Amino acid sequence: MLCQNCKKNEANMHMKRIINGSATEVHLCTDCARSLGYGDAFSLGFSDLFSDLLGRSEKSLNGERALRCSLCGKSFNDIVESGRVGCAECYVTFYDKLLPTLRKIHGKTTHQGKIPTDFTENKSNSVRDIDELKKALKEAIEKEEFELAATLRDEINALSGGAF
Amino acid sequence: MGAKWYLGTGVQNDVIISTSIHLVRNLREFPFPHMLSLQDKLKVNAIIKEASDSLEDYSFNYLEMKTLSQYEVVSLAERHLVSPEFASSRDGRALLITDDESVSVMLNEDDHIRFQVMYAAFSLDEAYKTANKIDNALSSKLNFAFDERIGYLTQDPTIIGTGMKASVSLHLPGLVSLMQIPKLISTVQKLGLTLRGSYGEGASAKGDMFQLSNSITLGISEKAAIENLKSIALQIAAQERAAREELLKLTVTEDKIFRAYGVLKYARLIDTDELMDLLSLVRLGAVKGLINIDTAKIEGMMINLQPATISLSVDRPLDRNGRDALRAQRVREMLG
Repeated sequence: MLCQNCKKNEANMHMKRIINGSATEVHLCTDCARSLGYGDAFSLGFSDLFSDLLGRSEKSLNGERALRCSLCGKSFNDIVESGRVGCAECYVTFYDKLLPTLRKIHGKTTHQGKIPTDFTENKSNSVRDIDELKKALKEAIEKEEFELAATLRDEINALSGGAF
Repeated sequence: MGAKWYLGTGVQNDVIISTSIHLVRNLREFPFPHMLSLQDKLKVNAIIKEASDSLEDYSFNYLEMKTLSQYEVVSLAERHLVSPEFASSRDGRALLITDDESVSVMLNEDDHIRFQVMYAAFSLDEAYKTANKIDNALSSKLNFAFDERIGYLTQDPTIIGTGMKASVSLHLPGLVSLMQIPKLISTVQKLGLTLRGSYGEGASAKGDMFQLSNSITLGISEKAAIENLKSIALQIAAQERAAREELLKLTVTEDKIFRAYGVLKYARLIDTDELMDLLSLVRLGAVKGLINIDTAKIEGMMINLQPATISLSVDRPLDRNGRDALRAQRVREMLG
């Protein structure tokens, strides 16, 4: 049987689709099947793809103590396994680890578009603050400045609602 | 119910049938829907509903998905008011929708809020203006998850950043006939866009209807993404017109168009696939002035004669044969 699309090559992919109870049959050669997107039927779902993308960057991180998101409790490993980010806070907590994936998807990693009108004013700017405080906290602990660390921790708790 | 959005007409309407803007937003305080208990999902719905109730320029009907029948939910998906994914599971999900169905808001799909604004014809600027206005109004009541480095935070990382998908719906019978679609799909991919069939999953495009939308959302502004989409859509429309010119030089094309019209006018049983194929030809004939029929009527038939939607229009359950008969009858009525 010849490919229905190019009508040149031998059809070697035969697909039956059932949509709303009606069946249609498609016979295509490998090239046409791929260019028409039928390859999708056999590929993995997006979650698997995402998981796969993440998985490759995760390998080097084995052995590191599991950090958990303060809002939803997911570890980076959980995100890799489920292929799903748990909450907005995950993007802050695992920012560095997620960035390579975002680059793979979009080619860029810096937002260029709209900023919510009230973002710079008050309620939403805590993310940036918490992120910077967490960095400072890490540094303080490394330098064994525990008094400063305790103050920073309290500030983070106050901003994030106390889960840190 | 009054006039629907798709009954409008406008510029570029021979090829570009409709325009939509989707925006994805999440509430900062709650994990994404897949991490929420049913109770928390209902809480999220209630918070968003309250915010939407206070919008001055829009009045929404609020529908809990759980209270709808399977037919009603599938019909919403057929009319592109919700995603097939949204229709697949109903617990904890709700829909806010305007009477003319031009604005619909899915609550607790993959993200807390996914809303779309639909316009007839080629109206990307107008659609974005409306979407942005609704977004601003909701944003003043709700605390959206946003990070200034990577933008609006979404469960699906393919839409992070602007959280915006802009789409135009294209009728491409000429390019389909000339086998140009596979090439077009790979070309637009390189330009940060996606082209796929509007009806049916994957690349099988019923009725030669396609959706062209932006696939990149991070590192590009809404305006730049829309301008990009606009220019590619116009180029595809120009190619489609050239393809139609070529095709219509052949008597066989004209013959096909009139045969399709004849079948639609007189057939007693029409299934959805056949309907879409025939309407595609008739639409081509209509914009070329061969057949005198309003294209909005054709869009209306494509939307309203899908299996679940046509079943809903009568009060009794219909089997396949019954649906095909009713569909043929409706078409005959529409074509007079």
